[in-house]
Amino acid sequence: MLLRAENLSKSFGGVAAVQAVELGVERGTVHSIIGPNGAGKTTLLNLLSGIYRADAGQIFFGEEDVTSRAPHEFASAGIGRTFQNLQIFFNMSVLENVMAGRWLHEACGLAAALLRAPSLAHAERRARAESEELLGFVGLERWAHSPSDGLPYGALKRLEIARALAARPKLVLLDEPAAGLNPTETREIDQLIRRIAERGITVVLVEHNMKLVMEVSQRVLVLDHGRKLAEGDPETVSRDPQVIEAYLGVEAC
Amino acid sequence: MSAELVQFLVAGITLGAIYALVALGFAIIYNASHVINFAQGEFVMIGGMAATAFVDSGLPLPLAAAAAVAAATLVGIALEKLAVEPARNASVVTLIIITIGASILLRGLASLVWDKKIHSLPAFTGERPIAIGGATLLPQTLWVLGATVVAVAALWWFFNRTLTGSAILAVSHNRLAARLMGISVRRVLMVSFGLSAGLGALAGILIAPISFTSWDVGVMLGLKGFAAAILGGLGSGPGAIAGGLALGLIEALGAGYLSSAYKDVFAFVIILGALVFLPDGLAGRRAAERV
Amino acid sequence: MSRKGFAVLALVVALLPLALTNNYTYEVAIVVGLNAIVCVGLNLLIGYAGQISLGHAGFFGLGAYGSAILAARYGWPPFAGLAAAVAAVSLIAWIIGKPVLRLKGHYLAMATLGLGIIVAVVLATEDQVTGGPDGMPVPPLTLGSVVLQGEKLWYWIVAVVLLATVWLALNLIDSPRGRAWRALHGSEVAAGAIGIDPARHKLSAFVLSAALAALAGALTAHYSGFITPAKASFLHSIELVTMVVFGGMASTFGAVVGAAILTTLPQLLTVFKEYEMVTLGAVMMLTMIFMPQGLVPTLEKALAAARRKPE
Repeated sequence: MLLRAENLSKSFGGVAAVQAVELGVERGTVHSIIGPNGAGKTTLLNLLSGIYRADAGQIFFGEEDVTSRAPHEFASAGIGRTFQNLQIFFNMSVLENVMAGRWLHEACGLAAALLRAPSLAHAERRARAESEELLGFVGLERWAHSPSDGLPYGALKRLEIARALAARPKLVLLDEPAAGLNPTETREIDQLIRRIAERGITVVLVEHNMKLVMEVSQRVLVLDHGRKLAEGDPETVSRDPQVIEAYLGVEAC
Repeated sequence: MSAELVQFLVAGITLGAIYALVALGFAIIYNASHVINFAQGEFVMIGGMAATAFVDSGLPLPLAAAAAVAAATLVGIALEKLAVEPARNASVVTLIIITIGASILLRGLASLVWDKKIHSLPAFTGERPIAIGGATLLPQTLWVLGATVVAVAALWWFFNRTLTGSAILAVSHNRLAARLMGISVRRVLMVSFGLSAGLGALAGILIAPISFTSWDVGVMLGLKGFAAAILGGLGSGPGAIAGGLALGLIEALGAGYLSSAYKDVFAFVIILGALVFLPDGLAGRRAAERV
Repeated sequence: MSRKGFAVLALVVALLPLALTNNYTYEVAIVVGLNAIVCVGLNLLIGYAGQISLGHAGFFGLGAYGSAILAARYGWPPFAGLAAAVAAVSLIAWIIGKPVLRLKGHYLAMATLGLGIIVAVVLATEDQVTGGPDGMPVPPLTLGSVVLQGEKLWYWIVAVVLLATVWLALNLIDSPRGRAWRALHGSEVAAGAIGIDPARHKLSAFVLSAALAALAGALTAHYSGFITPAKASFLHSIELVTMVVFGGMASTFGAVVGAAILTTLPQLLTVFKEYEMVTLGAVMMLTMIFMPQGLVPTLEKALAAARRKPE
């Protein structure tokens, strides 16, 4: 079990966004979190990346208890993420966004940075090359040197993924990567998620697009009103009557 | 209570009333536009200096005061139209620089239109001190306090009982929704700036007989009014008043009992302490960042 | 691009003395250089790390007075005093930076503003140590038995320090740490998600810019032979920020250009001494309204657009 959450709860001003949620993500799987709007999916993701601090419960990553760590400590433990409303570094080019993602593996001292130690020059070249490779992985290689604020929405979503991958995470949290994309772009995201999983990176996916979720996940967790409604493989979950009633509608396929 | 303490308290509340008026001006503009108007202090200056100039040119005091407030209001509206509106989508830093630039510009213009000398207004109802509890009170002090109370009451009535006032409140809560309801955000911004300018000018006129006025009197007053607004929680009207009064008292008591040389510094030390230890201010709110 | 720019700057600095006709023009050039040193540092804080400081003249003043007092009242050898002053100011910046940089936006502006004012008032009030509002004389720097005085010599001193500062800044910006700072500016939340600790980096940007301001302050003190509290005033802080935003945020050369233009302009306009404030205010407002990115980036974009036109 790579990522484990026990009894996770978070309230905002008296409203319980997430209540006593249990989660278990196996290494190397694609694990999806679904639920109607307001079910608490993004809150859960924010808890799992340290942006919110849980009111109760614990989070374990590998052997470590990461429950009350800061966001950058979650990142250094090996958890990466993308954001539902894009948080691109619009003040940098596309390539620089990805290069920035490598911080955890490139941290240099202030003195070394100021004096441009020769080792740094070599590392910069490698950083550039590997970042260009990542851009190729997500299909954005031709925009490498463009300013990021000129890119279309779908491209920006993939840029966020490339940036998250640049940190070489063990697990990546994808927050609605297909939101706002047309069917073609959604299929590309589907394939991208599979390629990420093939690289051995565990994926936790929050999505509304049922088709995408069912096709790409090994396990699905259903949230409703902040509580876990069901958890299991896609087939079983999609047939669960509670899930159908709450989310999928009365007609099930 | 020693006479000395009463003296300091009176001075503190008087000063506090002025700071409260300036802080209210900050709060009103901030609520409507999310802009910190660093030129707020200059409205205080314009109030005092313009009134002085009008009185010197022969106008009776009440008319001169009214004319000065009107002049400041116009300047406030001009500031909104010419400087703030063109930059409405700019970043925090940009807007801060614009309003600081406006304050420097206004100060420079004041030194050219008028002069760099110190001026004062005649006290509204004479200068014979009134004795209360062993301490002496200037009649002007009563004017300051009285006028402030009236102004605050008038503002309360304006925001809660008139359509324009409600419109301003609506914009401060949710600009898009207000617009969708047919409220002209532009008009609201204009009114907010004009109103804040008027408040500032009123403060300047009230205090001119006591602590005089000059081309650069607005700098410190503006900064301290800003500090008071933050102390009370940026954007909160009642907070601005509380913050202003608190600041005035701290300054008077500090200058009296600790060190008069460091009078100006007390306000900023308290502000720093408040910002670092009380991030939400005395009555304010903190927005959580939505991701 | 930045290597070319640095070469151009070095060339300009080397050839400028050919255009400087008398001591007064040398003096202006020296002041430009000293302001530019502060601005390059301030630009790292405002333009790259995305913070704001309305009190940086405070660090300038502390560096100046620190070095002056150690030399004048305690008889320290001037270079040792200078180094100690810069180190002390860096430490002060580190200590106050920690709590203050947790603040954002207007609150951070207010806090730095307050700090600057407190420093200015203390410098003006503690006249036993600082000579009060009228200031104090400062002994010149000495290298062994050589007294470092005179416009021409100081021009080269400042030129070398400026070029070194720019070179360091350019290196920093192109490094992973520089990208981390820009990431912080772009989106603090996303920066956290890739392992960048906002508090730590804001602090190092703050301390570095404070150190540069203190260095420029100390050099100014020893060059002028005199220092007054006005150097730590709110107005001076605003002038520095204006130079940075006018020249171009997130542009090291922009900071130098901004310092150059806004230092020489008032000198050219001494005829219009009365209009100095009006002009400064107008420049600030017009720049931010019409060229919010600053002069150099706006020109760069215009050039890039013009180059793309023939297609």
